[in-house]
Amino acid sequence: MKSSRFWSYAAFFGGLLYFIIPLIGMFEFSLRKRRGAYSLDAYTSVLTDSQFQQTFLYSLVMALVAILIGVFLVVPTAYWVRLRLPKLRPVVEFITLLPLVIPPVVIAFGYIRLFNTSSMIPFLGSEFGTDVLLACGYVVLALPYMYRAVDTGLRAIDILTLTEAAQGLGAGWAVIIFRVILPNVLVAVLSGAFLTFAIVIGEYVISALLDRPAFGPYLVWIGSNKAYEPSALAVMTFAITWGCMALIQVITRFSKHTRTPI
Amino acid sequence: MAYLDLSHLEKSFGINHVVKDFNLSIEQGEFVSLLGPSGCGKTTVLRMVAGFETPNSGEIRIAGADLVGLRPNQRNIGMVFQAYALFPNLTVAQNVAFGLSVAGLAKLKIAERVAEMLDLIGLSDLGARFPFQLSGGQQQRVALARALAVRPKVLLLDEPLSALDAKIRGNLRREIRAIQQRLGITTIFVTHDQEEALSMSDRVVVMNGGIADQIGTPFQVYNHPTTRFVAEFVGTLNTFDVTVTDPVNGAVTLGETPLTLNRAIAAQQGATVTLAMRPEAASLGKGDLTLMGRIEEVQFLGAIIRIKADIGGQQLTLDTFNRSDLPPPAIGAQMPISLPASSLVVLVK
Repeated sequence: MKSSRFWSYAAFFGGLLYFIIPLIGMFEFSLRKRRGAYSLDAYTSVLTDSQFQQTFLYSLVMALVAILIGVFLVVPTAYWVRLRLPKLRPVVEFITLLPLVIPPVVIAFGYIRLFNTSSMIPFLGSEFGTDVLLACGYVVLALPYMYRAVDTGLRAIDILTLTEAAQGLGAGWAVIIFRVILPNVLVAVLSGAFLTFAIVIGEYVISALLDRPAFGPYLVWIGSNKAYEPSALAVMTFAITWGCMALIQVITRFSKHTRTPI
Repeated sequence: MAYLDLSHLEKSFGINHVVKDFNLSIEQGEFVSLLGPSGCGKTTVLRMVAGFETPNSGEIRIAGADLVGLRPNQRNIGMVFQAYALFPNLTVAQNVAFGLSVAGLAKLKIAERVAEMLDLIGLSDLGARFPFQLSGGQQQRVALARALAVRPKVLLLDEPLSALDAKIRGNLRREIRAIQQRLGITTIFVTHDQEEALSMSDRVVVMNGGIADQIGTPFQVYNHPTTRFVAEFVGTLNTFDVTVTDPVNGAVTLGETPLTLNRAIAAQQGATVTLAMRPEAASLGKGDLTLMGRIEEVQFLGAIIRIKADIGGQQLTLDTFNRSDLPPPAIGAQMPISLPASSLVVLVK
């Protein structure tokens, strides 16, 4: 018994070190921009770089747009499939998994081929049109995560009875979705939203091929042109992702109605 | 014309014909229970009234207006579900206010109505709580208040007590009936529990295989069942197969023993019919119809003693009140058993 516990702890701490040592190394390296002393110079350099601010803000806005589109697309779809079309669930799940097997480069070239300036719908002829396409691309990339998160949230509540109870009280579909269903899957939606955010912030392929000033291409550019700043950026990106995960936990914890019944 | 009229309702799910030519008229303020085993179609009838299922044919009318074709949110029918169905993200007060805010009532009016409803169910102090902070009984009372807050034309209760423990069930049963009588709201109550149906209802509809086998007051349904199913489903029942010897005078033979019911039997001479009788109608000792029986089992149930006896090869169960000065009969004893002719029901179906 004691022996097996020892090996469990050994495996756990071995795994932990495997992940944490490179991060510590990267963090330590990011502090060595000033010769002979630890400093936050690399971070200052990154944060004061106007290109960093522009690209990060751009990706932030695109992430919010992608989250909004994703929520409005996925919540009603997942709800309707669960409520009225349960037989279609495997088909919808398969469709939502496709972005995991179709590389982003295919999506990007598909967009370029379908929406170029000489096509019927020349989205790529304007910056706004290209931004719309990029947001759609982000929604597609985040679809597997957003759909699963929302679907899991819906599974946790009795949507049929809640829907019927709301209908019996005079509610129409919009009221049911926005006042009954959405608030009860909010934690799941936020999980999906944070995952979408994390994907958008680091995404390179589509934004680079569509030539948009996103944070992903900036990360790649700085990585090939500077020494310490890429490490500082990587640490900041990790911090943002972990911050998102922590927020999910906090929201779950403080969401009163998700607590266990007495 | 009755207040709520269900006429010739039919409903099938694929090849399953769940509700067959169902007819029911309910007066305003009446409390009617749909009683039957699982799968008999009682919940389907309720869901058709609520608008959650569409009948294949037939009419549903409230005060003369046809409801078929209207969506559930256009019917103004309150429903209480077995699983409470309170909105987990809303407090008790917000749950009760939900239908009122959907209807667009002014905030002041909503607050007044919510206070009135919470007072009605005795939970005025718990308005700020979330459903997860309430017991099952409290949740179901909130569900009732929420359904009543919108002043529905009809209240539908879909096995609202099934998920509760016995003691709470008994209390809530009385509370629901008291509230229904106080508000005078027309109510349909679905249950598979005969005690609930008999104790709460003005009338009981016993359903079997999608049809209404019998509709009557609890007294009628219990004491004068018209079909074998009703007789067996509602309460404990003795049934005997007898041969008709004189249908005009109601003479039959049970095994070798002749019996006379003193009323005509709607069957031909020589036919076999079933006689039914409740255990509490029979008694030990001599009476107008007396048979000799051998005592096979005696169960002491406190206030009641349940005795099983063999009469002419058929088993009879009889209940007698426990009396401290009268010990129960010994097993194996031959004793006279009295069957009052008036309590013997001839089952034709």
